[in-house]
Amino acid sequence: MVRLITHNLLACHAKGCTSNNFPLQFQDVSIELRDADFNADFLRGFLPRLEWPALVGAARQLGDTSLPAEQPDMIDDEFLQKLHHVLLEIHVEEGAMVCPNCKHVYPISNGIPNMLLAEHEIG
Amino acid sequence: MSRPELVAPPEIYYGDVEAKKYTNNSRIQQIQADMTYRALELLNLPPDEPAFLLDIGCGSGLSGEILDEEGHLWAGLDIAPSMLEVALEREVEGDLFLQDIGQGIGFRPGSFDGAISIRRFDNTLRRSISVLQWLLNAETSHPTSSPPHRLTRFFTTLHAALKNPSRAVLQFYPTSDDQIQLITSIAQKAGFGGGIVVDYPNSKKARKVFLCLFVGGGGGAQQVPKGLEGEEEDEGRVQFEKRRERLKAKSGGKRKNIKDKDWILKKKELYRQRGKESVPNDSKYTGRKRKPVF
Ligand SMILES: C[S@@+](CC[C@H](N)C(=O)[O-])C[C@H]1O[C@@H](n2cnc3c(N)ncnc32)[C@H](O)[C@@H]1O
Ligand SMILES: [Zn+2]
Repeated sequence: MVRLITHNLLACHAKGCTSNNFPLQFQDVSIELRDADFNADFLRGFLPRLEWPALVGAARQLGDTSLPAEQPDMIDDEFLQKLHHVLLEIHVEEGAMVCPNCKHVYPISNGIPNMLLAEHEIG
Repeated sequence: MSRPELVAPPEIYYGDVEAKKYTNNSRIQQIQADMTYRALELLNLPPDEPAFLLDIGCGSGLSGEILDEEGHLWAGLDIAPSMLEVALEREVEGDLFLQDIGQGIGFRPGSFDGAISIRRFDNTLRRSISVLQWLLNAETSHPTSSPPHRLTRFFTTLHAALKNPSRAVLQFYPTSDDQIQLITSIAQKAGFGGGIVVDYPNSKKARKVFLCLFVGGGGGAQQVPKGLEGEEEDEGRVQFEKRRERLKAKSGGKRKNIKDKDWILKKKELYRQRGKESVPNDSKYTGRKRKPVF
């Protein structure tokens, strides 16, 4: 149940890994699509929190190319529908997320990422 | 009285049997639900806006179901795979993570509008266990460090992950003033304001303690919220100040719908058919209208 809404907020938290530790790269993933309730107000409120290029990149890794490379100035309903789908309806079920900096692998199984660190990685 | 957090790490204690224990106990589920409503109230979120929240020690998702019901989106963290499995079975809507919060959490600055942590009432022990308890007392089966170090790591990374201003409301069950002292001093060093809220301080049964932490001003008034006073009819049940207020104030008719009432009623019916016992009763609040953000 990792969706891009949380993936976009998630950085590596291993010891000393404080720069270039976002976004985690998807590896060998399988995804499932599930309908979610559309909520325009929530999406508008959430937009400023998103790292746009990271979101577009992650969506492409998952095979979705519906988002424009640049965040549009005009937030219309059509755009919000696409954003809704990308953020909330694509579920990564299996695979892994890899830190671009320290290369720590966070495995995903049954939709749940394992964020546990090894002893030498704990800050 | 046995204190499991002194004996075994949480991911062992919350094995399959313990994790599944309350999936069919409607009374416990009602208690968990009420605790969650009270924590939401203490979060003091902007009224009628859906928020993005963090559920710390989300366990089997009883608290998360209430967040779903209230129209919030959330991510949940728990160290016990068996508990998360039950949450999956219950089909909660939040994104779940297997995580030891004592190792710190890795969310970008300002990710969440608020955080909650709800303790779990244990029917057999007749007492509750909270995530903070686990952090204070037990090692885990994973490599780890001392409790103060784990608390520091947790509070520091939690503070960073929260929006400014916002709040974190963590229910706990301190066994001594020293514990309260240790926890609040570490939270303060991590940058939090706020303090302790005690509901029904004079009732042995109904007494509840919340660590109510503020980032920035905490949103709204700077003071730590008042605990609830007076008599309580049933153990574990709390009254809700705001709900009572809302009962008095008629809600305006011009607001826009997010999840409409029919949808929620349909979903609740579905849950009931699946044998879920914690489905909240239908009320005038079901699918109540929320204000648009802009
Ligand atoms: C009090 S229960 C939570 C109950 C849940 N909020 C509910 O309403 O169903 C405590 C949870 O915290 C989890 N926990 C304990 N120590 C933890 C840690 N270090 N990191 C993450 N979760 C932890 C336990 O596995 C357990 O599921
Ligand atoms: Zn890293």
